[in-house]
Amino acid sequence: MNYNWNWQILTETPYLGWLWSGLQLTLLVSSVAWVIAFILGSLIGVLRTLKQPVVRALATAYIEIFRSVPLLVHLFIWYFVLPEVLPRNAGRWIKRDLPYPEYWTATVCLGFYTASRVAEQVRSGIETIPNGILDAARALSLSQRQLYRFVLLPIGYRVIVPPLTSEVLTIFKNSSLALTIGVLELTAQSRQIENYTFQGFEAFTAATVLYIVITLIVVWLMSYIERWTRIPGYLSQETS
Amino acid sequence: MLKHSIKVVVVVVAAVTVMTATAQDLYGALARIDETGIINVGHRESSVPFAYINDEQQPEGYSIDLCMRVVEAVEARLGKEVEVNFVPVNPQTRIPLIANSTIDIECGSTTNNLTRQQQVDYSHTTFITGTKLLVRADSGIQEVEDLDGKVVALAQGTTNERVIKAMIEEMGFDTRVINVSDHAEGFLALETDRVDAYSTDHILLYGLIATARDPEAYDVVGRFLSYDPYALMVGRDDSEFRLLVNTTLSELFRSGEILEIYNTWFDPLGVPPTDLLEAAFAIQALPE
Repeated sequence: MNYNWNWQILTETPYLGWLWSGLQLTLLVSSVAWVIAFILGSLIGVLRTLKQPVVRALATAYIEIFRSVPLLVHLFIWYFVLPEVLPRNAGRWIKRDLPYPEYWTATVCLGFYTASRVAEQVRSGIETIPNGILDAARALSLSQRQLYRFVLLPIGYRVIVPPLTSEVLTIFKNSSLALTIGVLELTAQSRQIENYTFQGFEAFTAATVLYIVITLIVVWLMSYIERWTRIPGYLSQETS
Repeated sequence: MLKHSIKVVVVVVAAVTVMTATAQDLYGALARIDETGIINVGHRESSVPFAYINDEQQPEGYSIDLCMRVVEAVEARLGKEVEVNFVPVNPQTRIPLIANSTIDIECGSTTNNLTRQQQVDYSHTTFITGTKLLVRADSGIQEVEDLDGKVVALAQGTTNERVIKAMIEEMGFDTRVINVSDHAEGFLALETDRVDAYSTDHILLYGLIATARDPEAYDVVGRFLSYDPYALMVGRDDSEFRLLVNTTLSELFRSGEILEIYNTWFDPLGVPPTDLLEAAFAIQALPE
Protein backbone atom coordinates (compact mmCIF):
# COMPACT_ATOMS: atom_id res chain seq x y z
CA MET A 1 0.00 0.00 0.00
CA ASN A 2 1.20 3.43 -0.96
CA TYR A 3 0.31 5.43 2.15
CA ASN A 4 2.42 7.96 4.03
CA TRP A 5 1.84 7.35 7.72
CA ASN A 6 2.14 10.42 9.90
CA TRP A 7 1.05 9.92 13.48
CA GLN A 8 2.38 13.32 14.45
CA ILE A 9 -0.59 14.92 12.71
CA LEU A 10 -2.67 14.02 15.77
CA THR A 11 -0.61 16.22 18.06
CA GLU A 12 -0.49 19.21 15.72
CA THR A 13 -2.61 22.35 15.96
CA PRO A 14 -5.42 22.63 15.08
CA TYR A 15 -6.05 18.89 14.68
CA LEU A 16 -5.53 18.00 18.35
CA GLY A 17 -7.96 20.77 19.25
CA TRP A 18 -10.49 19.40 16.75
CA LEU A 19 -10.34 15.94 18.31
CA TRP A 20 -10.71 17.48 21.75
CA SER A 21 -13.73 19.59 20.78
CA GLY A 22 -15.21 16.56 18.99
CA LEU A 23 -14.77 14.46 22.12
CA GLN A 24 -16.42 17.17 24.24
CA LEU A 25 -19.38 17.38 21.87
CA THR A 26 -19.76 13.59 21.79
CA LEU A 27 -19.80 13.52 25.60
CA LEU A 28 -22.19 16.47 25.77
CA VAL A 29 -24.68 15.15 23.19
CA SER A 30 -24.61 11.66 24.68
CA SER A 31 -24.93 12.68 28.33
CA VAL A 32 -27.74 15.19 27.82
CA ALA A 33 -29.51 12.69 25.55
CA TRP A 34 -29.05 10.03 28.23
CA VAL A 35 -30.64 12.25 30.89
CA ILE A 36 -33.64 12.78 28.58
CA ALA A 37 -33.74 9.07 27.70
CA PHE A 38 -33.57 7.95 31.32
CA ILE A 39 -36.24 10.29 32.67
CA LEU A 40 -38.63 9.96 29.73
CA GLY A 41 -37.93 6.22 29.36
CA SER A 42 -38.63 5.58 33.04
CA LEU A 43 -41.88 7.53 32.84
CA ILE A 44 -43.09 5.69 29.76
CA GLY A 45 -41.91 2.34 31.09
CA VAL A 46 -43.97 2.92 34.24
CA LEU A 47 -47.01 3.98 32.20
CA ARG A 48 -46.69 0.70 30.30
CA THR A 49 -47.18 -1.25 33.56
CA LEU A 50 -50.24 0.69 34.77
CA LYS A 51 -53.72 -0.81 34.67
CA GLN A 52 -55.47 1.97 32.68
CA PRO A 53 -55.71 0.69 29.06
CA VAL A 54 -55.65 4.18 27.44
CA VAL A 55 -52.45 5.15 29.23
CA ARG A 56 -50.86 1.83 28.34
CA ALA A 57 -51.86 2.20 24.70
CA LEU A 58 -50.34 5.69 24.50
CA ALA A 59 -47.08 4.47 26.02
CA THR A 60 -47.01 1.49 23.67
CA ALA A 61 -47.65 3.75 20.68
CA TYR A 62 -44.71 5.97 21.68
CA ILE A 63 -42.38 2.99 22.00
CA GLU A 64 -43.41 1.43 18.70
CA ILE A 65 -43.14 4.68 16.76
CA PHE A 66 -39.71 5.47 18.11
CA ARG A 67 -38.08 2.07 17.93
CA SER A 68 -39.43 1.06 14.52
CA VAL A 69 -37.94 4.00 12.64
CA PRO A 70 -34.17 4.07 12.05
CA LEU A 71 -32.36 6.72 14.06
CA LEU A 72 -30.90 8.24 10.90
CA VAL A 73 -34.40 8.78 9.50
CA HIS A 74 -35.47 10.31 12.84
CA LEU A 75 -32.61 12.78 12.65
CA PHE A 76 -33.55 13.87 9.15
CA ILE A 77 -37.24 14.19 10.00
CA TRP A 78 -36.58 16.21 13.13
CA TYR A 79 -34.02 18.42 11.46
CA PHE A 80 -35.50 19.02 8.02
CA VAL A 81 -39.19 18.14 8.17
CA LEU A 82 -40.34 19.22 11.65
CA PRO A 83 -39.64 22.96 11.14
CA GLU A 84 -41.63 22.85 7.88
CA VAL A 85 -44.79 21.32 9.37
CA LEU A 86 -44.81 23.59 12.43
CA PRO A 87 -46.55 26.98 12.22
CA ARG A 88 -44.41 29.35 10.14
CA ASN A 89 -43.06 31.40 13.03
CA ALA A 90 -42.24 28.42 15.22
CA GLY A 91 -40.47 26.73 12.31
CA ARG A 92 -38.53 29.87 11.58
CA TRP A 93 -37.55 30.17 15.24
CA ILE A 94 -36.11 26.64 15.20
CA LYS A 95 -34.27 27.25 11.95
CA ARG A 96 -32.93 30.74 12.58
CA ASP A 97 -33.18 31.95 16.17
CA LEU A 98 -32.52 28.82 18.23
CA PRO A 99 -28.82 28.76 19.05
CA TYR A 100 -27.09 25.60 17.79
CA PRO A 101 -30.21 24.05 16.18
CA GLU A 102 -28.28 20.99 14.98
CA TYR A 103 -26.98 20.27 18.49
CA TRP A 104 -30.44 20.51 20.09
CA THR A 105 -32.11 18.51 17.34
CA ALA A 106 -29.55 15.73 17.63
CA THR A 107 -29.66 15.63 21.43
CA VAL A 108 -33.45 15.67 21.78
CA CYS A 109 -33.88 13.19 18.93
CA LEU A 110 -31.28 10.79 20.34
CA GLY A 111 -32.84 11.16 23.80
CA PHE A 112 -36.38 10.46 22.60
CA TYR A 113 -35.22 7.51 20.51
CA THR A 114 -33.25 5.91 23.34
CA ALA A 115 -36.15 6.60 25.75
CA SER A 116 -38.24 4.05 23.84
CA ARG A 117 -35.58 1.42 24.45
CA VAL A 118 -35.10 2.38 28.12
CA ALA A 119 -38.89 2.27 28.60
CA GLU A 120 -39.04 -1.34 27.47
CA GLN A 121 -36.31 -2.26 29.91
CA VAL A 122 -37.90 -0.41 32.81
CA ARG A 123 -41.15 -2.26 32.05
CA SER A 124 -39.43 -5.65 31.90
CA GLY A 125 -37.54 -4.81 35.10
CA ILE A 126 -40.81 -4.06 36.90
CA GLU A 127 -42.50 -7.13 35.45
CA THR A 128 -39.78 -9.50 36.69
CA ILE A 129 -40.59 -8.64 40.29
CA PRO A 130 -42.17 -11.76 41.85
CA ASN A 131 -45.82 -11.66 42.90
CA GLY A 132 -44.84 -12.46 46.47
CA ILE A 133 -43.23 -9.05 46.85
CA LEU A 134 -46.32 -7.37 45.34
CA ASP A 135 -48.57 -9.27 47.71
CA ALA A 136 -46.39 -8.26 50.63
CA ALA A 137 -46.56 -4.62 49.54
CA ARG A 138 -50.35 -4.77 49.25
CA ALA A 139 -50.55 -6.44 52.65
CA LEU A 140 -48.81 -3.35 54.04
CA SER A 141 -51.59 -1.37 52.30
CA LEU A 142 -49.15 0.73 50.28
CA SER A 143 -50.79 3.10 47.80
CA GLN A 144 -50.01 2.71 44.09
CA ARG A 145 -47.65 5.63 44.31
CA GLN A 146 -45.87 4.17 47.32
CA LEU A 147 -45.77 0.76 45.65
CA TYR A 148 -43.79 2.21 42.70
CA ARG A 149 -41.71 4.56 44.81
CA PHE A 150 -40.61 2.09 47.48
CA VAL A 151 -40.89 -1.36 45.89
CA LEU A 152 -41.20 -1.67 42.12
CA LEU A 153 -38.78 1.02 40.91
CA PRO A 154 -35.95 0.41 43.41
CA ILE A 155 -35.95 -3.32 42.62
CA GLY A 156 -36.73 -2.93 38.92
CA TYR A 157 -33.84 -0.50 38.28
CA ARG A 158 -31.40 -2.83 40.00
CA VAL A 159 -32.46 -5.74 37.80
CA ILE A 160 -31.94 -3.79 34.58
CA VAL A 161 -28.50 -2.34 35.26
CA PRO A 162 -26.74 -4.73 32.81
CA PRO A 163 -29.05 -4.01 29.83
CA LEU A 164 -29.02 -0.30 30.69
CA THR A 165 -25.22 -0.44 30.46
CA SER A 166 -25.60 -1.54 26.86
CA GLU A 167 -27.98 1.35 26.24
CA VAL A 168 -25.50 3.87 27.62
CA LEU A 169 -22.78 2.41 25.39
CA THR A 170 -25.14 2.51 22.42
CA ILE A 171 -26.07 6.14 23.01
CA PHE A 172 -22.38 7.13 22.84
CA LYS A 173 -21.95 5.26 19.58
CA ASN A 174 -25.27 6.43 18.14
CA SER A 175 -24.27 10.02 18.84
CA SER A 176 -21.90 9.71 15.87
CA LEU A 177 -24.96 9.80 13.57
CA ALA A 178 -25.40 13.43 14.61
CA LEU A 179 -22.68 14.26 12.10
CA THR A 180 -25.23 13.77 9.31
CA ILE A 181 -27.01 16.95 10.40
CA GLY A 182 -23.79 18.83 10.97
CA VAL A 183 -22.88 18.30 14.63
CA LEU A 184 -19.09 18.27 14.65
CA GLU A 185 -18.66 15.47 17.18
CA LEU A 186 -15.78 13.01 17.41
CA THR A 187 -16.44 11.05 14.20
CA ALA A 188 -17.17 14.23 12.26
CA GLN A 189 -13.95 15.81 13.48
CA SER A 190 -11.98 12.70 12.43
CA ARG A 191 -13.50 12.99 8.96
CA GLN A 192 -12.68 16.67 9.01
CA ILE A 193 -9.04 15.88 9.82
CA GLU A 194 -8.98 13.34 7.01
CA ASN A 195 -10.41 15.90 4.61
CA TYR A 196 -7.82 18.50 5.55
CA THR A 197 -4.73 16.30 5.84
CA PHE A 198 -5.64 13.05 4.02
CA GLN A 199 -4.29 11.21 7.06
CA GLY A 200 -7.60 9.45 7.59
CA PHE A 201 -6.23 6.23 9.03
CA GLU A 202 -4.53 8.10 11.88
CA ALA A 203 -7.59 10.25 12.62
CA PHE A 204 -9.97 7.31 12.72
CA THR A 205 -7.56 5.27 14.85
CA ALA A 206 -7.57 8.13 17.35
CA ALA A 207 -11.38 8.24 17.30
CA THR A 208 -11.57 4.46 17.77
CA VAL A 209 -9.28 4.60 20.78
CA LEU A 210 -11.29 7.46 22.30
CA TYR A 211 -14.59 5.58 21.83
CA ILE A 212 -13.08 2.49 23.46
CA VAL A 213 -11.83 4.57 26.39
CA ILE A 214 -15.30 6.11 26.81
CA THR A 215 -17.02 2.73 26.73
CA LEU A 216 -14.52 1.17 29.14
CA ILE A 217 -15.14 4.01 31.59
CA VAL A 218 -18.91 3.55 31.21
CA VAL A 219 -18.64 -0.21 31.74
CA TRP A 220 -16.50 0.31 34.81
CA LEU A 221 -18.86 2.96 36.20
CA MET A 222 -21.94 0.82 35.61
CA SER A 223 -20.44 -2.29 37.18
CA TYR A 224 -19.57 -0.10 40.17
CA ILE A 225 -23.18 1.10 40.34
CA GLU A 226 -24.34 -2.50 40.01
CA ARG A 227 -22.24 -3.63 42.96
CA TRP A 228 -23.07 -0.57 45.01
CA THR A 229 -26.82 -0.93 44.60
CA ARG A 230 -26.99 -4.69 44.94
CA ILE A 231 -29.50 -6.02 47.45
CA PRO A 232 -27.72 -8.81 49.33
CA GLY A 233 -29.38 -12.16 48.69
CA TYR A 234 -31.92 -10.85 46.15
CA LEU A 235 -30.43 -12.08 42.90
CA SER A 236 -30.10 -15.85 42.65
CA GLN A 237 -26.62 -15.78 41.08
CA GLU A 238 -25.30 -14.01 44.15
CA THR A 239 -22.35 -16.04 45.36
CA SER A 240 -21.10 -14.33 48.49
CA MET B 1 31.28 -17.08 2.42
CA LEU B 2 32.21 -14.67 -0.36
CA LYS B 3 31.49 -17.33 -2.91
CA HIS B 4 28.11 -17.87 -1.37
CA SER B 5 27.34 -14.15 -1.43
CA ILE B 6 28.28 -13.92 -5.08
CA LYS B 7 26.01 -16.84 -5.82
CA VAL B 8 23.12 -15.09 -4.08
CA VAL B 9 23.76 -11.89 -5.98
CA VAL B 10 23.86 -13.75 -9.28
CA VAL B 11 20.60 -15.51 -8.52
CA VAL B 12 18.91 -12.28 -7.45
CA VAL B 13 20.12 -10.39 -10.50
CA ALA B 14 18.98 -13.24 -12.76
CA ALA B 15 15.59 -13.34 -11.08
CA VAL B 16 15.12 -9.58 -11.39
CA THR B 17 16.12 -9.68 -15.05
CA VAL B 18 13.65 -12.46 -15.77
CA MET B 19 10.85 -10.67 -13.88
CA THR B 20 11.36 -7.38 -15.66
CA ALA B 21 11.65 -9.13 -18.98
CA THR B 22 8.32 -10.93 -18.56
CA ALA B 23 6.61 -7.80 -17.30
CA GLN B 24 7.74 -5.91 -20.44
CA ASP B 25 9.21 -3.14 -18.30
CA LEU B 26 5.78 -2.38 -16.90
CA TYR B 27 5.26 -1.33 -13.32
CA GLY B 28 2.56 0.22 -11.15
CA ALA B 29 -0.91 0.56 -12.61
CA LEU B 30 0.06 -0.58 -16.11
CA ALA B 31 1.60 -3.80 -14.74
CA ARG B 32 -1.56 -4.44 -12.70
CA ILE B 33 -3.84 -3.84 -15.68
CA ASP B 34 -1.66 -6.01 -17.92
CA GLU B 35 -1.72 -8.83 -15.42
CA THR B 36 -5.47 -8.82 -14.66
CA GLY B 37 -6.82 -7.46 -17.94
CA ILE B 38 -9.01 -5.12 -15.86
CA ILE B 39 -8.74 -1.37 -15.30
CA ASN B 40 -10.46 -0.15 -12.14
CA VAL B 41 -11.98 3.27 -12.76
CA GLY B 42 -13.16 5.18 -9.69
CA HIS B 43 -16.03 7.58 -10.31
CA ARG B 44 -18.29 9.95 -8.37
CA GLU B 45 -22.02 9.26 -8.40
CA SER B 46 -23.51 12.75 -8.25
CA SER B 47 -20.93 15.23 -9.52
CA VAL B 48 -22.95 16.68 -12.39
CA PRO B 49 -21.68 16.96 -15.11
CA PHE B 50 -18.26 15.47 -14.31
CA ALA B 51 -19.20 11.97 -13.22
CA TYR B 52 -22.64 10.83 -12.23
CA ILE B 53 -25.00 7.88 -12.57
CA ASN B 54 -27.38 8.32 -15.51
CA ASP B 55 -30.89 6.93 -15.94
CA GLU B 56 -29.48 3.62 -17.18
CA GLN B 57 -27.49 3.35 -13.94
CA GLN B 58 -24.24 3.85 -15.85
CA PRO B 59 -21.60 6.41 -14.88
CA GLU B 60 -21.19 9.20 -17.42
CA GLY B 61 -19.92 12.75 -17.66
CA TYR B 62 -17.02 14.94 -18.71
CA SER B 63 -14.40 13.24 -16.53
CA ILE B 64 -15.70 9.78 -17.50
CA ASP B 65 -15.29 10.66 -21.19
CA LEU B 66 -11.70 11.71 -20.54
CA CYS B 67 -11.04 8.49 -18.63
CA MET B 68 -12.43 6.40 -21.49
CA ARG B 69 -9.84 8.05 -23.75
CA VAL B 70 -7.20 6.98 -21.24
CA VAL B 71 -8.55 3.42 -21.35
CA GLU B 72 -8.18 3.45 -25.15
CA ALA B 73 -4.57 4.61 -24.74
CA VAL B 74 -3.93 1.86 -22.20
CA GLU B 75 -5.31 -0.73 -24.64
CA ALA B 76 -3.07 0.62 -27.41
CA ARG B 77 -0.06 0.54 -25.12
CA LEU B 78 -0.66 -3.01 -23.86
CA GLY B 79 -1.77 -4.21 -27.28
CA LYS B 80 -4.88 -5.88 -25.94
CA GLU B 81 -8.40 -5.10 -24.84
CA VAL B 82 -8.95 -4.38 -21.17
CA GLU B 83 -12.16 -4.65 -19.22
CA VAL B 84 -13.39 -1.50 -17.47
CA ASN B 85 -14.54 -2.02 -13.89
CA PHE B 86 -16.35 1.03 -12.49
CA VAL B 87 -15.92 1.60 -8.75
CA PRO B 88 -18.06 4.30 -7.07
CA VAL B 89 -16.11 6.61 -4.75
CA ASN B 90 -16.92 9.61 -2.53
CA PRO B 91 -14.79 12.41 -1.08
CA GLN B 92 -13.97 10.26 1.95
CA THR B 93 -12.91 7.16 0.02
CA ARG B 94 -11.32 8.47 -3.16
CA ILE B 95 -7.85 9.09 -1.73
CA PRO B 96 -7.49 5.87 0.33
CA LEU B 97 -8.72 3.82 -2.66
CA ILE B 98 -6.09 5.36 -4.93
CA ALA B 99 -3.44 4.95 -2.21
CA ASN B 100 -4.17 1.24 -1.73
CA SER B 101 -4.46 0.65 -5.52
CA THR B 102 -8.08 -0.50 -5.43
CA ILE B 103 -8.69 1.93 -8.27
CA ASP B 104 -6.15 2.80 -10.95
CA ILE B 105 -7.60 6.20 -11.84
CA GLU B 106 -10.28 8.48 -10.36
CA CYS B 107 -12.63 10.37 -12.63
CA GLY B 108 -14.70 12.90 -10.77
CA SER B 109 -14.41 16.47 -9.56
CA THR B 110 -11.26 16.37 -7.46
CA THR B 111 -9.27 19.52 -6.75
CA ASN B 112 -5.55 19.11 -7.28
CA ASN B 113 -3.72 20.53 -4.28
CA LEU B 114 -0.28 20.08 -2.78
CA THR B 115 -1.41 18.49 0.50
CA ARG B 116 -3.27 15.80 -1.42
CA GLN B 117 -0.16 15.24 -3.53
CA GLN B 118 1.50 13.80 -0.44
CA GLN B 119 -0.82 10.79 -0.92
CA VAL B 120 -1.76 10.76 -4.61
CA ASP B 121 -0.72 12.12 -7.98
CA TYR B 122 -2.66 14.08 -10.58
CA SER B 123 -2.95 14.36 -14.34
CA HIS B 124 -3.00 17.67 -16.22
CA THR B 125 -5.72 20.09 -15.12
CA THR B 126 -9.00 19.20 -16.81
CA PHE B 127 -11.24 21.93 -15.41
CA ILE B 128 -10.91 25.12 -13.39
CA THR B 129 -13.46 26.29 -10.91
CA GLY B 130 -13.56 28.15 -7.61
CA THR B 131 -15.72 29.01 -4.65
CA LYS B 132 -18.87 31.09 -5.23
CA LEU B 133 -22.13 31.66 -3.40
CA LEU B 134 -25.55 30.22 -4.20
CA VAL B 135 -28.35 32.47 -2.92
CA ARG B 136 -32.04 33.06 -3.44
CA ALA B 137 -32.40 35.55 -6.28
CA ASP B 138 -34.35 37.99 -4.08
CA SER B 139 -31.90 37.86 -1.13
CA GLY B 140 -29.87 40.89 -2.14
CA ILE B 141 -26.59 39.10 -1.45
CA GLN B 142 -24.04 39.96 -4.14
CA GLU B 143 -20.65 39.22 -2.62
CA VAL B 144 -19.14 37.46 0.37
CA GLU B 145 -19.06 40.88 2.08
CA ASP B 146 -22.88 40.81 2.24
CA LEU B 147 -22.86 37.76 4.52
CA ASP B 148 -22.55 39.78 7.76
CA GLY B 149 -25.40 38.77 10.07
CA LYS B 150 -26.53 36.01 7.71
CA VAL B 151 -26.49 32.22 7.92
CA VAL B 152 -24.42 30.21 5.46
CA ALA B 153 -24.32 26.45 4.86
CA LEU B 154 -20.97 24.82 4.10
CA ALA B 155 -20.20 21.20 3.22
CA GLN B 156 -17.90 19.61 5.77
CA GLY B 157 -14.36 19.00 4.59
CA THR B 158 -14.54 20.87 1.31
CA THR B 159 -11.90 23.36 0.24
CA ASN B 160 -14.75 25.89 0.01
CA GLU B 161 -15.59 25.50 3.70
CA ARG B 162 -12.06 26.54 4.62
CA VAL B 163 -12.10 29.55 2.32
CA ILE B 164 -15.43 30.97 3.51
CA LYS B 165 -14.69 30.35 7.20
CA ALA B 166 -11.32 32.08 6.86
CA MET B 167 -12.92 35.10 5.11
CA ILE B 168 -15.67 35.40 7.72
CA GLU B 169 -13.07 35.33 10.48
CA GLU B 170 -10.78 37.80 8.73
CA MET B 171 -13.56 40.32 8.22
CA GLY B 172 -14.90 39.82 11.74
CA PHE B 173 -18.41 39.11 10.49
CA ASP B 174 -21.23 37.85 12.65
CA THR B 175 -22.09 35.01 10.28
CA ARG B 176 -23.47 31.71 11.48
CA VAL B 177 -22.18 28.58 9.76
CA ILE B 178 -24.34 25.48 9.43
CA ASN B 179 -22.45 22.30 8.58
CA VAL B 180 -24.01 20.04 5.97
CA SER B 181 -22.67 16.74 4.72
CA ASP B 182 -23.18 17.07 0.96
CA HIS B 183 -24.33 19.36 -1.83
CA ALA B 184 -27.90 18.07 -1.90
CA GLU B 185 -28.29 18.78 1.82
CA GLY B 186 -26.76 22.23 1.45
CA PHE B 187 -29.29 23.04 -1.25
CA LEU B 188 -32.11 21.64 0.90
CA ALA B 189 -31.04 23.98 3.71
CA LEU B 190 -31.21 26.91 1.28
CA GLU B 191 -34.53 25.76 -0.16
CA THR B 192 -36.14 25.47 3.30
CA ASP B 193 -34.87 28.94 4.28
CA ARG B 194 -32.64 27.53 6.99
CA VAL B 195 -29.71 29.44 5.49
CA ASP B 196 -29.22 32.50 3.27
CA ALA B 197 -26.43 31.07 1.17
CA TYR B 198 -24.70 27.84 0.25
CA SER B 199 -21.17 27.83 -1.00
CA THR B 200 -19.16 25.37 -3.06
CA ASP B 201 -17.38 25.19 -6.45
CA HIS B 202 -19.26 27.43 -8.87
CA ILE B 203 -19.81 24.73 -11.48
CA LEU B 204 -21.46 22.45 -8.92
CA LEU B 205 -23.74 25.34 -7.89
CA TYR B 206 -24.93 25.61 -11.50
CA GLY B 207 -25.52 21.86 -11.38
CA LEU B 208 -27.69 22.30 -8.27
CA ILE B 209 -29.72 25.08 -9.89
CA ALA B 210 -30.23 22.90 -12.98
CA THR B 211 -31.85 20.20 -10.86
CA ALA B 212 -33.99 22.60 -8.76
CA ARG B 213 -37.77 22.72 -9.08
CA ASP B 214 -37.72 26.48 -9.69
CA PRO B 215 -34.31 27.36 -11.17
CA GLU B 216 -35.19 31.08 -11.57
CA ALA B 217 -35.47 31.48 -7.81
CA TYR B 218 -31.72 30.95 -7.30
CA ASP B 219 -28.60 32.73 -8.37
CA VAL B 220 -24.86 32.09 -8.32
CA VAL B 221 -23.23 35.34 -7.22
CA GLY B 222 -19.91 36.99 -6.38
CA ARG B 223 -16.34 36.75 -7.54
CA PHE B 224 -14.23 33.59 -7.38
CA LEU B 225 -13.12 33.19 -3.76
CA SER B 226 -10.67 30.37 -4.41
CA TYR B 227 -8.81 28.61 -7.20
CA ASP B 228 -9.78 24.95 -7.63
CA PRO B 229 -8.15 23.14 -10.56
CA TYR B 230 -9.72 19.71 -11.17
CA ALA B 231 -7.65 16.81 -12.44
CA LEU B 232 -7.83 13.05 -12.82
CA MET B 233 -6.28 11.33 -9.84
CA VAL B 234 -3.73 8.51 -10.19
CA GLY B 235 -1.43 6.61 -7.84
CA ARG B 236 1.76 8.15 -6.48
CA ASP B 237 5.23 7.15 -7.71
CA ASP B 238 3.85 5.87 -11.03
CA SER B 239 5.26 8.22 -13.70
CA GLU B 240 4.74 5.67 -16.47
CA PHE B 241 0.97 5.57 -16.02
CA ARG B 242 0.72 9.30 -15.34
CA LEU B 243 2.68 9.97 -18.53
CA LEU B 244 0.21 7.84 -20.46
CA VAL B 245 -2.73 9.77 -18.96
CA ASN B 246 -1.09 13.14 -19.66
CA THR B 247 -0.15 12.15 -23.21
CA THR B 248 -3.80 11.34 -23.85
CA LEU B 249 -4.96 14.65 -22.38
CA SER B 250 -2.31 16.69 -24.22
CA GLU B 251 -3.48 15.17 -27.51
CA LEU B 252 -7.07 16.18 -26.76
CA PHE B 253 -5.93 19.70 -25.81
CA ARG B 254 -3.72 20.03 -28.91
CA SER B 255 -6.35 18.83 -31.38
CA GLY B 256 -9.07 20.99 -29.82
CA GLU B 257 -11.18 17.89 -29.39
CA ILE B 258 -11.40 18.77 -25.71
CA LEU B 259 -13.80 21.61 -26.54
CA GLU B 260 -16.22 19.19 -28.24
CA ILE B 261 -16.21 17.00 -25.15
CA TYR B 262 -16.57 20.12 -22.99
CA ASN B 263 -19.57 21.38 -24.95
CA THR B 264 -21.31 18.01 -24.77
CA TRP B 265 -21.47 18.25 -21.00
CA PHE B 266 -21.41 21.96 -20.15
CA ASP B 267 -23.63 23.44 -22.87
CA PRO B 268 -26.79 22.10 -21.17
CA LEU B 269 -25.75 23.97 -18.02
CA GLY B 270 -25.10 27.15 -20.01
CA VAL B 271 -21.50 27.40 -18.81
CA PRO B 272 -19.04 28.22 -21.62
CA PRO B 273 -15.30 27.61 -21.04
CA THR B 274 -13.64 30.53 -19.25
CA ASP B 275 -10.61 32.28 -20.73
CA LEU B 276 -8.56 30.80 -17.90
CA LEU B 277 -9.63 27.25 -18.76
CA GLU B 278 -8.94 27.76 -22.49
CA ALA B 279 -5.50 29.08 -21.56
CA ALA B 280 -4.92 26.02 -19.36
CA PHE B 281 -5.84 23.74 -22.26
CA ALA B 282 -3.42 25.62 -24.56
CA ILE B 283 -0.57 25.56 -22.03
CA GLN B 284 -0.98 21.85 -21.32
CA ALA B 285 -1.13 20.90 -25.02
CA LEU B 286 2.47 19.71 -24.83
CA PRO B 287 4.06 18.67 -28.16
CA GLU B 288 4.86 15.01 -28.86
